[in-house]
Amino acid sequence: MTAAVLRVRGLCVDYGPVRALTGVDVEVPDGAVTAVLGANGAGKSTLLRAVSGTLRFHGGAVTEGSVALGEDRLHGVAPARIVAAGVVQVPEGRQVFARMTVADNLRAGALGARGGRAAVRAALKRVHELFPVLAERAHQRAGLLSGGEQQMLAMGRALMAGPRLLLLDEPSLGLSPLMTTRIARTVREINAQGTSVLLVEQNAALALKLASTACVLENGRVALAGDADELAASDEVRRRYLGVADEDAATETGAAVAAGTARPALSRWSA
Amino acid sequence: MTAFLEYLVHGLSLGAVYALIALGFVIIFKSTEVVNFAHASLLLAGGYIAVRAQESVGFWAALLAGVAGAATLGALLEWAVIRRYRGADHSVLAIVTIGIDIVLLTELARRIGPDILTYDDPWGDALVTVGSVTVPQTRVAAFVTAALLIGLFLAAFRWTSWGVAMRAAAENRETAALMGIRLGRVSSSAWAVAGALAAVAALFLSVFPTSGLDRATGEVALAAFPAAIIGGLDSTTGALVGGLTVGVTEALTTGYAAELDFLGNGFGHIAPYVVMVLVLLARPAGLFGTRELSRV
Repeated sequence: MTAAVLRVRGLCVDYGPVRALTGVDVEVPDGAVTAVLGANGAGKSTLLRAVSGTLRFHGGAVTEGSVALGEDRLHGVAPARIVAAGVVQVPEGRQVFARMTVADNLRAGALGARGGRAAVRAALKRVHELFPVLAERAHQRAGLLSGGEQQMLAMGRALMAGPRLLLLDEPSLGLSPLMTTRIARTVREINAQGTSVLLVEQNAALALKLASTACVLENGRVALAGDADELAASDEVRRRYLGVADEDAATETGAAVAAGTARPALSRWSA
Repeated sequence: MTAFLEYLVHGLSLGAVYALIALGFVIIFKSTEVVNFAHASLLLAGGYIAVRAQESVGFWAALLAGVAGAATLGALLEWAVIRRYRGADHSVLAIVTIGIDIVLLTELARRIGPDILTYDDPWGDALVTVGSVTVPQTRVAAFVTAALLIGLFLAAFRWTSWGVAMRAAAENRETAALMGIRLGRVSSSAWAVAGALAAVAALFLSVFPTSGLDRATGEVALAAFPAAIIGGLDSTTGALVGGLTVGVTEALTTGYAAELDFLGNGFGHIAPYVVMVLVLLARPAGLFGTRELSRV
């Protein structure tokens, strides 16, 4: 077992009186891609916010448990310190700075980095190699880019800080299947260059293909966790998140409904 | 014609000073989403510190002290009051700034009393004559200084890391935080810059042809409020255009007061507000403002 770069232990998060996460344990092995699956409202984004320290923007707080990057404690720490420690999040819906140029967006991404100018220049070179379109459109306003290009910009911007761990929140959201494939390839490339990735994704098929380990969140708890291959093969995941409704699964669902424990199976589009 | 040109120069100069104040207003609003009603007292504080300091250190050092003092006061207010607020409704903070304004203004009025404090500025009441147009040197100095400062500010806003952080935070605070931008530093620097600009404005609102700094000088700064609104509360370009519009309007309506007598006495003082209402009727977000500020 390799050492974990990110270790989330017994994490509980409350938004005021509402509990969003209960006793969540997640680990990202060093150099791996870990996927977090789950339906809307299962707590996926909350988990990322807890790691990146942005819960307070949504009136939330960590009430129990811990988040650690190697030896560094991350819970209860300001977002800027978390970025400096090497954890950077690509927010859901891209959130590029639309009124700023592409070049300025990338500059903004480098503001939280620890390294000096040389590190920033190297990071910019790497980003331009990964996404040549960002070099071509450097002086265009980010708001004028297409959805896919904005996703590339959001990822490039996050890489400017030279993170050890990249948090990706729904990178395929609203993108065409073609662009989704491209983003997936880039995630693999970024990972191959040594950055660990925690990937939150509704597109379970895509996520399980990219990840080596995965967990499934349900109502703020970890319902399943393990190797991505095993999860992809498990009936439970196939039925609920991959939209595979084969005979066995159907019978099983029937039996479970009879027992009064199961929720209705979700049919899900998959790339 | 000569009179018109003189009024125009006077108006542009006054407008540039208003633009300094409006710019501070706008950057505070952009970075903290707070409409700062304490701006007038911030300005008066900067002026007061400068005038008091010049007895011991001379004019230029005193001016610097005033600028530094107002910047510190601005940053202090941000740190002590604005940053403490944890709620989501920023109009609450706007009302809090009214309270700050009352406290500061009361204290400054107590210190200044009925006096009119004068700067030992190097321009005095000297005049400049170009062709047939004669204007006080102070007006020229005001225009040049304001233009330089505004140019410097805009260049910093556009090209420095500080400017990138400011713009990023203004656009989306949470995403800026995700980039490791320290929002607290961004907003306190905005308040400090706004204070510094206001202190420079205080100088030019108090020198010749004005008699000096008194407890009502802050009220003059209120004219910068319509300037910021006319331009659009979240646009730096708007602050400049708005400032010049208000300055020129005020100078022309005051200059031609005799001809405008049918509108009543002192129309010059309300003219900026009339322009503001007219602009808002045509463009509710101001000339350069973002049409809809719908951030949830």
